[in-house]
Amino acid sequence: MAAAAQGVMRRPPLRKRLAARGLDGTTLLVLPGIALMLALFVYPFAYGFVDSITPREGPWFANYHTFFTDPFQYRTIAATLWLALPVTIINVVVAIPIAFRVRLMRRQRLLTTILVLPVTLGTVLVADGLLNFLGPQGWFNRTLMLAGILGAPLKLTNNYWGVFASLVITGFPFAFLLTLSYVTGIDPAVEQAAATLGARARQRFTRIFLPLLLPGLAVTFCLSFVQAFSVFPSAVLLGAPAGSTRVISIAAYQAAFEQYDHSLGAAIAIIMGLVQLVIVLAILGLRPLFYRGPVAGTKG
Amino acid sequence: MIRDQSLAARLWRFAVWAVVALFVVNLIGVIAAVLVNSFGTRWLGTWLPAAWTTRWYFSAWREFQLTPVLIVTFEIVFTVVVISGLVGVTSAYALARRDFPGKRLVVLAFLLPLLVPPLTYGIPLATLLYRIGLGGTFWGVVAANLVPAVPFVVLVMIPFIEQIDPRVEQAARVFGASTTSLFARILLPLLLPGMLAALLLVLVRTLAMFELTFLTAGPTSQTLVVALYYAVFASGVRAPQSIDAMAVVYMVTTLFWLVIALQFVNPTQIVARAKQRTADA
Amino acid sequence: MADEVASKEGGRLELVGVRRAFGAYNALNGIDLAVEPGEFIALLGPSGCGKSTALNCLAGLLDLTGGEIRLAGKRIDDLQPEARGFGMVFQSYALFPHLTVRKNVGFGLAMQGVTGAEANRRIEQALALVRLQGQEDKLPGQLSGGQQQRVAIARAVVIRPPLVLMDEPLSNLDAKLRLEMRAEIRGIHDQIGATTIYVTHDQDEALSLADRIVVMREGAIRQIGTPQDLYERPSHPDVAEFMGFRTRIPGKIVFLNGDRAVVEAGGTRLEAMPAGPLTAGDRVTVVIRPEDLVAEEGTDGIAATVDSIEYRGRAWFGLATGADGARLYFRADRPLARGHAISLKPVAERTLLFRDAA
Ligand SMILES: Nc1ncnc2c1ncn2[C@@H]1O[C@H](COP(=O)(O)OP(=O)(O)OP(=O)(O)O)[C@@H](O)[C@H]1O
Ligand SMILES: [Mg+2]
Repeated sequence: MAAAAQGVMRRPPLRKRLAARGLDGTTLLVLPGIALMLALFVYPFAYGFVDSITPREGPWFANYHTFFTDPFQYRTIAATLWLALPVTIINVVVAIPIAFRVRLMRRQRLLTTILVLPVTLGTVLVADGLLNFLGPQGWFNRTLMLAGILGAPLKLTNNYWGVFASLVITGFPFAFLLTLSYVTGIDPAVEQAAATLGARARQRFTRIFLPLLLPGLAVTFCLSFVQAFSVFPSAVLLGAPAGSTRVISIAAYQAAFEQYDHSLGAAIAIIMGLVQLVIVLAILGLRPLFYRGPVAGTKG
Repeated sequence: MIRDQSLAARLWRFAVWAVVALFVVNLIGVIAAVLVNSFGTRWLGTWLPAAWTTRWYFSAWREFQLTPVLIVTFEIVFTVVVISGLVGVTSAYALARRDFPGKRLVVLAFLLPLLVPPLTYGIPLATLLYRIGLGGTFWGVVAANLVPAVPFVVLVMIPFIEQIDPRVEQAARVFGASTTSLFARILLPLLLPGMLAALLLVLVRTLAMFELTFLTAGPTSQTLVVALYYAVFASGVRAPQSIDAMAVVYMVTTLFWLVIALQFVNPTQIVARAKQRTADA
Repeated sequence: MADEVASKEGGRLELVGVRRAFGAYNALNGIDLAVEPGEFIALLGPSGCGKSTALNCLAGLLDLTGGEIRLAGKRIDDLQPEARGFGMVFQSYALFPHLTVRKNVGFGLAMQGVTGAEANRRIEQALALVRLQGQEDKLPGQLSGGQQQRVAIARAVVIRPPLVLMDEPLSNLDAKLRLEMRAEIRGIHDQIGATTIYVTHDQDEALSLADRIVVMREGAIRQIGTPQDLYERPSHPDVAEFMGFRTRIPGKIVFLNGDRAVVEAGGTRLEAMPAGPLTAGDRVTVVIRPEDLVAEEGTDGIAATVDSIEYRGRAWFGLATGADGARLYFRADRPLARGHAISLKPVAERTLLFRDAA
């Protein structure tokens, strides 16, 4: 970096011209970061793409053809969506009213600290805990039976519901904390103003908060969805990885690292990325309809 | 603030808090189940284990070779922290202080790895690393973990650097500070709080990063969370209490750093800080 | 026009023993106040004395922890803010950032179910009142600070509230705009005739705007009166300080002389006006405005040395230290050097005496 900067410095006119466009020694500090991203992110992505269209045998689209003609493979998309969409909708929808309550709490810190635990501990630990907690002899079933709600234990692990539970445990705090950060960004005086002008709680929510919050909620939804869609360890550990919770990431992993067909693995990873992209773009495509701008009332 | 005391409003408030309580109770239940099991002798068909013991920790330590695993984990994590700190802070500084052609593209290159889930880029990245002989090695794991770590540092640091008045640096220049002393005496002390927060968060995130490490680690470069995954995956081979003892070791290591990190950042920032900026990109 | 914008007759507003505590801290310590319909009341006091708290209690944004608020004889303190129908102007304006000026102003009307042509007509009128025609379709973010302020006022008065509450509405504006808006606010008040409660910590603002001023301190009312009352006859040293009596020196009454008293203070004997009943021997605080404490040659005034002095047009004003260390704000008709020994003579009829608490 320093050498490059000096190289530029020896030709003052050029240096001046570049500096005028924002290119000087300081700008060059960004180079190591760009190099790293190019080498470790952009290039592998491109490599994976080329890899996916150079299959071991057959025409360039053979991998994609294989994926979309083999029900064992293409059904993983539906299986993943069937997990990710309901979980994301529940997480985001439940997060909103709770964030609105917690916003008014003076001691939020304890609650947010508890909720940040599953996010930081990660899916593997949560899966391990849920295996015990939701198991036939676990505290969850025991409590429900003690309360007389259940006669016999529910089967909640090694199936859809185990994965569902793990996605709620890690995904809900994520959605909640993100929503909370958006909600607290809205000036409380704006709500008070609406109240003094005669808006009841529901009207304040639908007419003031919701429009201000929608862009943030769209982002929250997308990020939560993308996380849920790429569910992997808990689908293996808590689900039925050969059956109902054979999600697309399992398919990609198995192709690349169990059948050693990295070309097919790359193809599935790209399909996975594309499906996410479609959903995310669909959500973000709605954003121009929303108000976008400062949410803190006005200058001040 | 505005307190509506009607029955419907009270019921609604109650319902909201009930959902929170339910979630927190279940969450604590999940974590406590791991903890209790790791200290129990036999736990079959009862609320609590028959008796208490610490022996699973000793057996887990032996069986799962936790000493080398922990050493490797910290070597990997600290290497990632140092490299992402150096590269991330310098990049963030340039991005915060200069407008140059193509800046949006550069910002996008730093944003994408945080938006795309690790598994999506992890598979081609791992394939590539194996092809060039880095797969399964220490540096392979470090390289993979740098992909989300560097952008994370960049995105946390940009707003932090932006709020440091550039005139402070100009003033130091006016008073005759050289580049090195400007950096050492002015910038570093100003940047330190932000860097500390960013790097602690990277540390916690890398400790808990499963997917990338899982895809790129070999037998000698496994971190604790990957070892835990394999243990749970192969449960039945070992006593479940032993696996849970290992899970507790993992929990304690992660939480230790989390608690330190929370001295410097707000819990909401752990998910929100880097993510929120993506909203306006 | 005046009829169209006039507010509904609100009736008398009464606060009876209003209290508000935050945990163990009492932000309002029993406020008693009666406001006649159409009055312009200024709540004046230093930062943290509970002005905003009082206003928020009136608006219904804070619950009372004691006392009652009545409007036209009816209790309103148990009503939700949306049921009170008051107009409020917030310090930060709190405009709805996602709504245009027209929709911001029309919000309260929409909440009352007033729509269509009638709503448009009233929005137009309100915008005309604050001289903001032609900006209807802008978002708040596209307006200047003064314009935002006007939108906030239009939004509050368009619903024809019986009571308009303003919390330091001018504090975010620059000095020039502040003076302009001050005149406009009074003008708008006179046109719509709504009872107005106006919070400020600027005594100039309070003196020039209000019919009556309520001076608050530490959650309690110190004095209520017209601007002239307060300016000439503050009833408490705190109020006097607010009204510009900057010099405060301790003293002792020597004897009373008709409506005046002779007091021993600052190492000399002075004549002054008691602000309340006094007897010889009472310990008092003597308060004087800078313009009424005049530097003279001689030795029969309060002896002091000049610390600093500045020219303020027509006269010089300065700060001096008395023999006992008292800080004395004085006037002089010529520049005086720092360290110069002077004698300060107060103007007897505008020097006040307050008895110290026993
Ligand atoms: N929500 C709250 N919790 C605890 N204390 C509060 C709260 N709101 C206000 N207070 C306290 O009540 C006192 C009065 O506050 P208030 O906002 O009414 O002051 P103010 O007179 O409006 O001051 P300023 O001129 O600075 O706006 C202050 O000491 C403040 O610290
Ligand atoms: Mg205030």
